[in-house]
Amino acid sequence: MLSRTADNLYWLARYMERADFLARIVDATRRLTAVPTSQTGAGTEWDSTLEASGAAEGFRETHAAAEEASVVDYLMFSTDNPSSIRNCIEKARTNGRAVRTALTVEMWDAINGAWIELKRHVMSNARGYDREQSTRFLEFVKKASLDYDGAAHRTMLRNDAYWFSRLGLYIERADNTARILDVKYNILLPETEAVGGSVDYFQWAAILRAVSALTAYHWVYRESLKPWLIAELLILRPEMPRSLIACYENIVRFLDSIGKAYGHKGIAQRHAHAVFARLMESTTKEIFQSGLHEFVTAFVEDNTRLGTMVGEQYLFD
Amino acid sequence: MPQCFDEMTLADGQIRAVYGKVARWLAETPDELLASRRAQAELLFRRIGITFAVHGDKDAAERLIPFDIVPRVIGRSEWTRLEAGLRQRVKALNLFIADVYGAQEILKSGKLPSDIVLANPYYLPEMAGQRVPHDIHVHIAGIDIVRIDEGDFYVLEDNLRTPSGVSYMLENREVMMRLAPDLFAEYRVAPVENYPDALLATLCSVVPRAARGEPTIALLTPGQYNSAYYEHSFLADKLGVELVEGRDLLVRDDIVYMRTTEGPKRVDVIYRRIDDAFLDPLAFRADSVLGVPGLFNAYISGNVTLANAVGTGIGDDKAIYSYVPEIIEFYLGEKPILKNVPTWRCRESEALAFVLDHLPELVVKEVNGSGGFGMLVGPHATREEIALFREKLSCRPDNFIAQPTLALSTCPTSFESGVAPRHVDLRPFVLSGSDGIRVVPGGLTRVALKEGSLVVNSCQGGGTKDTWVIDDARLENLPRGALGKPERTREALDQ
Repeated sequence: MLSRTADNLYWLARYMERADFLARIVDATRRLTAVPTSQTGAGTEWDSTLEASGAAEGFRETHAAAEEASVVDYLMFSTDNPSSIRNCIEKARTNGRAVRTALTVEMWDAINGAWIELKRHVMSNARGYDREQSTRFLEFVKKASLDYDGAAHRTMLRNDAYWFSRLGLYIERADNTARILDVKYNILLPETEAVGGSVDYFQWAAILRAVSALTAYHWVYRESLKPWLIAELLILRPEMPRSLIACYENIVRFLDSIGKAYGHKGIAQRHAHAVFARLMESTTKEIFQSGLHEFVTAFVEDNTRLGTMVGEQYLFD
Repeated sequence: MPQCFDEMTLADGQIRAVYGKVARWLAETPDELLASRRAQAELLFRRIGITFAVHGDKDAAERLIPFDIVPRVIGRSEWTRLEAGLRQRVKALNLFIADVYGAQEILKSGKLPSDIVLANPYYLPEMAGQRVPHDIHVHIAGIDIVRIDEGDFYVLEDNLRTPSGVSYMLENREVMMRLAPDLFAEYRVAPVENYPDALLATLCSVVPRAARGEPTIALLTPGQYNSAYYEHSFLADKLGVELVEGRDLLVRDDIVYMRTTEGPKRVDVIYRRIDDAFLDPLAFRADSVLGVPGLFNAYISGNVTLANAVGTGIGDDKAIYSYVPEIIEFYLGEKPILKNVPTWRCRESEALAFVLDHLPELVVKEVNGSGGFGMLVGPHATREEIALFREKLSCRPDNFIAQPTLALSTCPTSFESGVAPRHVDLRPFVLSGSDGIRVVPGGLTRVALKEGSLVVNSCQGGGTKDTWVIDDARLENLPRGALGKPERTREALDQ
C-alpha cells in the first residue's frame, strides 16, 4: 500500500485513541475534584492532568490558572492545543479524508459523523463552560472513539491497512497508560499506603477510571484498592486491555503480520520484541525495587522510539 | 426571454410521453412527502461526504451541491442519436489532437487558420512530434449538451482535459433509488453503475506497450483541498486503484514509481486529475508542488500513459470549438450529428462588429475561461457591466467568442414553494480506449436553481439531477388534464 496511506491510517487511529484518553482523564479528574480536599490531599489534580495529557507546557503559555474551567477548555476545545480533543477529531478526519479509499464506509461514517457532531459541541461550548454540557461532550467523544474502533474492527480487511491502523492504536494506548503512571507514580509507591492511608483512595480510583479499569480491578483482584496491584494491573496484566503488556502483545502481533506479509522483518519488529520480552520477564516486586518512575520513564522512551522506527521502516521514506 | 421548451410539459399542456410517470408522481405525492424526500436527500449526501469546495469562499470550504429530487428523463430514441453524435465528435477530436501534434494535415489543408492552433496557449510545443500510447489523447471526455426544442441537441462545450462530475452521476442514481424506489419499478431506467468498469477497461487498454504483467494504474489528485477531491477518492475506490498525490510518486531512469510500504512500485497508467501546467515542475510550472519531477520525460519516453494526454486543451478551446463541425468533416468525412451553437469568432472583424452591436442579446465568453467565470450574459447584465465588457472585448477581441442567448430547456424542479421549471444542461461522459469508445447511458444533469438563471455551474449555485434514459417505444404523450390535478402542475409551471 501507499506509504502515505499507511501513515494516515496509523495517525488516524492514534488521534481517535488520544481523544478517548483525554475524555476519560478529564472525566476522572472532575470526579476527583468533587471530593473534599481533606480526602484527596494537595488539590493539584488539574496540574497533574495537564502533565498526564502532555499539554502542561502549552497550557503554561496561555498564562491561565490551572482550574477546572480553563484546563477542561484547553483539553477539550482549544485550537491552540495541538492535542485537544477537538484538534484530535479534526486531524483524524483530515487524515481519514486523505485516505477515503482505504477506509470502509462504516469507518468513514463514524469519523465523519463525529466531526459533524463535534461542530455542534464547539458551538454550544462557545457560550461558556457548562459542566453538564461538557459531560455530554465527553460521553460523545468516548462513543465516537468506540464507534470508530468498532467499525475498524468489524469491517476492515485483515491486511496491512488494518495492521498499521491497529499499530497506531496500541502505540498510542501504551503511551497514554504509561503517561498516567508516570504522573501518578508517587501515590503508587507501596510505602505511601502507611503514610497516606485512605487519603489516596480517591486518587487511585481516578487512575483506574482514566483507563476505564475500575471495575476490571475488582474482577481481577477481588479486594480493595492497593497501589501495587494497580501498578501491576496497568503494567503487567495481559487480560487488562490497556495494560502496557497487553498493548505490546498486540503491537508485536501486528508488526509480525506486516513483516510476514512483506517477507522481511526489520528494526521495528526487533525493538518491539525486546520491549515485550522485558515486560514478560518483569515482576511487580522488581519494578518497585528498581523504581517505578525509572521503569515507566524508560518505557515511554522505548515506545516513542518504536513509533519513530515504524515511521522510518514503512511510512515516511 | 423567449418561451422555452419544457422537457415535461409542452406549451399546449400535454405531458411528454417519457415524463408521464414523473408527472403523475409529482401530482400524487403530497407536498410534505416531497419535502421530507428533499431533506432525506440532503442528509444522505452529507453523510456520504460528497462535497464541493467553492473558489474564493472560505466559509463554505465544504459545501454540498444541491440535489434536486425530480429526475431528468431522456427517451431511448433520443439517447441513441445523442450517443452516436458523441462518439462521432470525440473520435474526430482525438484524431484532431493527434494531428496537430503530428503531421498537422488540417493546418496544411487550410481548413483551420494555423495561428489559432499554433499560437494558442493550450497548444503545448513540448508535445509537438510526440506520439502517445495507442495514439489516444482524450480518454475521458465530458461533452456539455443543451436542448432548445424537442428536436435537437446542441453541444455547448467540449471538456477534454480533466472533466469532472461523473461521481455525481453515480451517487445521484444511488440516492434517487433510495428516494423513489416506486418510480424505478415503473420505469426501466438504463443503469449507469457500470461506468467504473468501463473506465477501468479503457485505462487498461492504453497501457504502454513496454509494460509487462498486470498493469498498475493510479489516480493522481492534487490532494484533499482540491474542489473535486471527493470525486477523485470516489473513483479510485470504485476502480480499485491507488489514489496518489504528487509526493507519492517518484521517477527514476524515466520510470514512474509510487512509494509504498514495501518500497517503490512501478506505475503504468496514471489517470491524472491535475492540469498540464502542474504535472511536472521540471517540464512546466517550476513552482508546482503538486506534480512529479521527471514525469514528463517518463511520459515522452513511452514508459507511462497519462490519461488524458498532455496538451488536450487544444481540443476544447472555445476558439477551436467553432471549427468542430469542420474538424468532423475533415477527419471522418461525415456530417456532424450534433449541432454546434452558432458562434461568432470575435477575431474576425465582421463578427466583432456584429457582436459589439448586439452585446445585450448575446453571451460572450473568454476563450480560455472556465466554470462560467469571465463571461457576459447580455440579457441579464446591467448597462455598466456591458460597457465594461465592451472595453475588455475591444482590447483583446481574439480572446472572445459570442453566442446567441439560448433558451435552454427546462425541467420541473422541486422547491419548498412547489415544483417549478428550471434550466438544465447535460454532461455525458465518453471513454476512448484502444479497443473502442464506451458511453454509459446518462450523464450529469446540471440545473440552474435560481429562477431564470442560465448558469448551471456548480461553483455558481447550480444543482444536479439524476438523469434517466428510459425505453420510450410504447409511450404516448398525456393530454392536458390527464392527471386529474392539472391546476397544480400548471400553477407551478406558471410561476
